[in-house]
Amino acid sequence: MSESVKIHVENLTKKYGDLLVLDDISFRIQKGEFVCVVGPTGCGKTTFLNLLSCLIEPTHGRILIDGIPADPKKHDIAFVFQEPSSFPWLTVKGNIGFGMRMKGWPREKREKRENEILKLMGLEKFAESYPGQLSVSTEQRMVIGRAFAMHPDLLLMDEPYGQMDVKMRFYLEDEVIRLWKETGTTVIFITHNIEEAIYLAQKVLILTNKPAKIKEQLSIDLPHPRNVSDAEFIRMRKYVTEQIKWW
Amino acid sequence: MKKEKFLHRRRFLLASLLTVILFIAVWAFVVETGLVSTRYLPAPAQVLKTFVQKLSDPKPEGSTLGANILSSLKVASVGFLLAAVLGISLGLFMGWYPPVEKFVKPVFEIIRPIPPVAWIPITIMLFGIGFKAKVFIIFFGGFIPCVINAYTGIQLTSRTLIQVARTYGAGSWKIFWAVGVPSSVQMIFAGVRIALGVSWTTLVAAEMLAADSGLGYMILMGRQFARPDIIVLGMLIIGGIGALLSVVLMRIEQRMEHWRMKR
Repeated sequence: MSESVKIHVENLTKKYGDLLVLDDISFRIQKGEFVCVVGPTGCGKTTFLNLLSCLIEPTHGRILIDGIPADPKKHDIAFVFQEPSSFPWLTVKGNIGFGMRMKGWPREKREKRENEILKLMGLEKFAESYPGQLSVSTEQRMVIGRAFAMHPDLLLMDEPYGQMDVKMRFYLEDEVIRLWKETGTTVIFITHNIEEAIYLAQKVLILTNKPAKIKEQLSIDLPHPRNVSDAEFIRMRKYVTEQIKWW
Repeated sequence: MKKEKFLHRRRFLLASLLTVILFIAVWAFVVETGLVSTRYLPAPAQVLKTFVQKLSDPKPEGSTLGANILSSLKVASVGFLLAAVLGISLGLFMGWYPPVEKFVKPVFEIIRPIPPVAWIPITIMLFGIGFKAKVFIIFFGGFIPCVINAYTGIQLTSRTLIQVARTYGAGSWKIFWAVGVPSSVQMIFAGVRIALGVSWTTLVAAEMLAADSGLGYMILMGRQFARPDIIVLGMLIIGGIGALLSVVLMRIEQRMEHWRMKR
């Protein structure tokens, strides 16, 4: 069991001056697991993610990927941001290949992978289009495709559908599940939407109010695709809501 | 759709043409009716005649029109290109690397408000009135807007896009080229357009003070020889070439930023 642990977070703590944001967080994630992190607004979810992606340094503690301290130069970490993050001057194909170019993949390998992802996402006919020519949902699909493109060791998603309407959110959630199943990527998905978390995750990490600790780790064994009106689904959603309530 | 667009464009062309014709008509009217004496303002036909004549005749100031244009273009292009290359690089580095900014900005802030024309006297003292002197003056005119725009442009780079590149493990230098530079292209071009305008204006000023050929020199000599036709001819040529250069630059920008045009 322990050899399939992909991500190992030990005593992760972050202070900004005297302000304690994350307090001694430890957990493990299996290879290929889909984990959602939920918590009250402003509890430090984004700080948590920025630590995992090594954009900022922790005050204490460490993050191991395959037993090695996480380093964007060694590991393939992909990040889907809350705000739009496509490169307007690159074509859809260029956007999808961006990470691979940063990592210096050989051209042939890169092009092969770009075409695979284009096909997987149904974006072939947009390959030479620019993001400005796409609809918002197509653009976001491209961004997700870009994130999955290099078989990342870890894919971090920071409320990627926070700004979207219900229909588009359902559609993109299904897209993420589909890609995750096809690629077997390890995903950490941050959201404040409890239904979204229950819909997607195999494991939900519930954070407390600031300073954030892990309140509970909850496994969800329901098979995908899940039914939001299923009795068990609703029970889970109610349970998580109870745990998060802080008002 | 295509035909409509064509008609639309033709209508604009017609309107532009009309303004030019109107301008020349008013000019001709003012001169022909004797409102302004031809001693001070030549008739359009006279300017045209001088134009044809100047194509082959170096009189009165010493060079044919072609030679004057060539001389001016040579100076302007060397000064302008030097300004663009050095200015854009410096601006980008200043905007990207804080130590460079801290180091360069104080000096730059003092040099920035000095108008290019104010460099002329010291330049003549240092370099005389030759090619180098004129290039130097033009360089300063174009350099400043290139630096400012490249600097501002790269500072406006989206934080999110930089973070995307960082999570892919890219270092600062790689991100500079892959994210910083492309996202400042629009601002850089705005700066280059200003620089081109300033270079061309400064050129004439430089030549009027210190030169032995060129369009600015030609105008100045036109006054000394009391030949208003030469003055006006020189002015029109300067205006025409300036407009032409800015069209060329616009085309280049459209090429480089074609993604912006496709919406």
